[in-house]
Amino acid sequence: MGSNMAEAHPVGFQWVMEAKARGAKVIHIDPRFTRTSALADQHVTLRAGTDIAFLGGVINYVLTHDLHFREYVQSYTNATFLLSERYRDTEDLDGLFSGYDPLTASYDSSSWAYESVAAPERPGRRDKEQAASSRHGAGGPTVEGHAGEIAADLAMEHPRSVLQVLKRHFCRYTPEAVERICGVPRDLFLDVCRAWTANSGREHTTALVYSVGWTQHSVGAQYIRAGSIVQLLLGNIGRPGGGIYALRGHASIQGSTDIPTLFNLLPGYLPMPDTSHESLAAYLESISGRNQKGFWGNADAYTVSLLKEYFGEAATAENDYCFDHLPRINGDHGTYRTAMDMVDGKVFGYFLLGQNPAVGSAHGRLQRLGMANLDWLVVRDLTMIESATFWQDAPEIETGEIVPERCRTEVFFFPAASHVEKSGTFTQTQRMLQWRDQAVAPAGDQRSELWFFHQLALRLKARLAASTDPRDRPVQDLAWDYAADGDEPSSADVLRHINGIDLNTGRTVSGYTDLRADGSTSCGCWIYSGVYADEVNQARRRTPRSECGPYDAEWGWTWPMNRRVLYNRASADPQGRPWSARKALVWWDEERGEWTGDDIPDFERTKPPDYRPPEGASGPEALRGDDPFIMMSDGKAWLFAPAGLADGPLPTHYEPHESPMRNVLYGQQASPVRKVYGRPDNPSNPAPPEAHSDVFPYVFTAARLTEHHTAGGMSRQLPYLSELQPELFVEVAPELAAERGLRHLDWAHVITSRTAVDARVVVTDRMAPLLLDGRVVHQVWMPYHWGSVGLTTGDVVNDLLGVVVDPNVFIQESKVLTCDVRPGRRPRGPDLLAYVADYRHRAGITPRTGTRVVTAGDTDRPEHTEPCEWPEDPS
Amino acid sequence: MGVKQWIGQWPVYRQLTGTDPLGRGSAAQSARSAGLEPRTRGADRVVDSVCPYCAVGCAQRVYVKDEQVVQIEGNPDSPISRGRLCPKGSASKQLVTGKQRVRTVRYRAPYGTQWQDLDLDTAVDMVVDRVLDARRKGWQDADEAGNPLRRTMGIASLGGATLDNEENYLIKKLFTALGALQVENQARI
Ligand code: SF4
Repeated sequence: MGSNMAEAHPVGFQWVMEAKARGAKVIHIDPRFTRTSALADQHVTLRAGTDIAFLGGVINYVLTHDLHFREYVQSYTNATFLLSERYRDTEDLDGLFSGYDPLTASYDSSSWAYESVAAPERPGRRDKEQAASSRHGAGGPTVEGHAGEIAADLAMEHPRSVLQVLKRHFCRYTPEAVERICGVPRDLFLDVCRAWTANSGREHTTALVYSVGWTQHSVGAQYIRAGSIVQLLLGNIGRPGGGIYALRGHASIQGSTDIPTLFNLLPGYLPMPDTSHESLAAYLESISGRNQKGFWGNADAYTVSLLKEYFGEAATAENDYCFDHLPRINGDHGTYRTAMDMVDGKVFGYFLLGQNPAVGSAHGRLQRLGMANLDWLVVRDLTMIESATFWQDAPEIETGEIVPERCRTEVFFFPAASHVEKSGTFTQTQRMLQWRDQAVAPAGDQRSELWFFHQLALRLKARLAASTDPRDRPVQDLAWDYAADGDEPSSADVLRHINGIDLNTGRTVSGYTDLRADGSTSCGCWIYSGVYADEVNQARRRTPRSECGPYDAEWGWTWPMNRRVLYNRASADPQGRPWSARKALVWWDEERGEWTGDDIPDFERTKPPDYRPPEGASGPEALRGDDPFIMMSDGKAWLFAPAGLADGPLPTHYEPHESPMRNVLYGQQASPVRKVYGRPDNPSNPAPPEAHSDVFPYVFTAARLTEHHTAGGMSRQLPYLSELQPELFVEVAPELAAERGLRHLDWAHVITSRTAVDARVVVTDRMAPLLLDGRVVHQVWMPYHWGSVGLTTGDVVNDLLGVVVDPNVFIQESKVLTCDVRPGRRPRGPDLLAYVADYRHRAGITPRTGTRVVTAGDTDRPEHTEPCEWPEDPS
Repeated sequence: MGVKQWIGQWPVYRQLTGTDPLGRGSAAQSARSAGLEPRTRGADRVVDSVCPYCAVGCAQRVYVKDEQVVQIEGNPDSPISRGRLCPKGSASKQLVTGKQRVRTVRYRAPYGTQWQDLDLDTAVDMVVDRVLDARRKGWQDADEAGNPLRRTMGIASLGGATLDNEENYLIKKLFTALGALQVENQARI
């Protein structure tokens, strides 16, 4: 679902075909009929942005027909736990959960806690502003007291048990509701439910695959939650052939979150400290909590070891290991906020490192206007990209909004080294690090980022060496003594330091359990610890597949600890025996007194299944022998999230921010905590209950092609790929073509309240009209790879988007919006601005449109606009 | 040239009499194609690599001759890709060796209408000056309540999902020490 795997991850898709050849049934559930659908056994068309309604329907089907894997659910999930009496569901509050504050559009989640656990009341605003949920990272949020006994009903019949709460929450997600919301005929929907449940249980498992078709929504994190709930109820997590696969888009996009270049994270999903963290102790308490289970209990060792890697000798117990050297976040410092701050003149310098926001980010126009208002911009890339040449050829040059002679931004373009001109690791989509050897030296001024940041670091350190200003201390104290490889640091030595080093012996540690909180170890990223165990670069291993076992353990290295299937303790029953012989993966070997199997056990190797923690235990010690979810604070997988999510403990169907439909389930239309940026330069198309949504009557979605790559910097310049996909197009259904007078291969343009873009028309029944609640709704699709530079050029599709983001991780809603489509080319130059302004006028759009995020009941409906000036409403 | 040899040059004859009845191999070979050999054969060395596009992580073999990349192919040993590459991975030799690659630093002065040349070393020094200036201009010691912030809002960075882990590590490390926290990339989590 939400993935066109055959198109976007083609070589990975061979394994789906392999499974199909061996008898697996492949079902593709997606708004479009694509290359993936063509190869699947069944394709189900649904409206973009309604997957939670669909999955909620599956959950309802499973629970009403008692098809869940009872023993698995009972033992390994929190289904049995009782919730607090204070909890109120969306069923009670017209689409809101308890704890909502309309003024800040955020939740106080304290009423979502377990009955026996006291959760402190805390306004949700701070968490929302920092995308705090993503800072819980791999570990889940802290919930104090989870190490002890939690009030539970093993029969799962208590009305406040998680399973019963789940049942009630999803009771209205019937096949009829799915049909009305998603446009999926109920028979087709029931086919999917039957296939999914029949192929799950002791003897069978079902795998679920998703990509950014799921994530890029204002409720993106809840999409994944909904998929997880289905897979947990059916016992498909931690077992061979099961799981949830996130197919990621870039060579090392997984790596760049594990070792984050993200504002709210430090390596290994440790949170970036905020203003509430007065000391290291306060920070650590906020991660590992008090009296809770699991491996986040050792966060002190991970953090101190990171600080030792950052600040070396300067980091001591006396100075809190230089914890105060770390800058503090206190709000939204995400990339879209930053782009708006550039427009507002609050940011002076910008580095672009292999990314092309002028084409690739939502609201390209905002991005370019931001870049045109900087002191300086550094672009490092293989080729000239639109983000480097915006002052010459941005669409805003034509409209007169950017004039080169009046654009003050100083631009440095540094040519980058390619993947064969440097050595290092990428982390691919299965968390596997694969090392690349350097093949040739880069030419001319081409250099790696390693070289560039090494040079910056050395020169900045030299410049600040004599400073007495306390703000320069962190730079002075920064440990930067990696082994040299010519005039750059050795990437292998950097990887060694990421792995971690025992500072007494100078040798690499063998894994994160070796890390200490007393300053005797250093480690750049605790979850990567083990990648350089025994002083061997494990990511460089290339034992051919013919010589490895079934899980290819000697090809590359997978975090954590080379475990290929996460939470694989769940592949065995509570007593440690495989659920069935067919589905054995790891099991308890009584004779040897250890866990063993085809994969490396994701569990303490010698902890027996019947282990029960002693009174008062916490951290890893508090995990029972049948608690497979070792990173969770209660050792269980969460069907219901008692904490940690900004937008509710359970997934709920909300309409997208821009939608032609009123929510048929609740008064609450869209996510009540989505983050809107109400500004004149970020208008929204109206959605019900606002008036005039008919001005933009069609559902729009965008995606990739096999032959191009994201913003096109690595593909539109290549002759082969440009020839294979030479031009931007828009796919429309024959019925829509008739309605709007569009002709196959002629020009058309797509319009939103932001801009209009040209494309060639492809009339195809791959885009099927949907029958929704008695009306026909059309969907329109475009690939988004084009821009003004390269062998094939075209309008920037992302210019159609505005910025609205989910409150958990600040992912933008770029997979669904509304639009109009008209035949012929769009107006050019200043006429384009007038044309789009006219659309805004007809739709009654002001910066307030779409910012009254709460629509449930008859509470106050405050606007969430930015404090800035805008012209009077046109109405 | 004997008659047999002369007739043997005729592909249809070879197809009818030889081991290639479908005419897709030796029967169709000309003197020129018989003399061709794959670019990979003359390589001085073969280097293990990974495709730089999507996150499937297909394994590549990079063939190098005279310090130039002469071919990039899939590595059949890989349990991920079994030697296959998609159109992007197959085009990566063009990505690496194509004339679209920029080789020298380019510089556009404020209000300029043209790119100019700039020496690499000078350019890095100029960036160092500007980092320190922007850092100072955007510096914040504390919030209104007096809580320490120790950061600069003057510098932002975007990108990382196409880079190596080692590079991302040093980028985050250096920016953090500078107090620059608006560090972001293609990913959200
Ligand atoms: S060859 Fe294609 S599928 Fe494989 S990693 Fe490269 S882009 Fe992805």
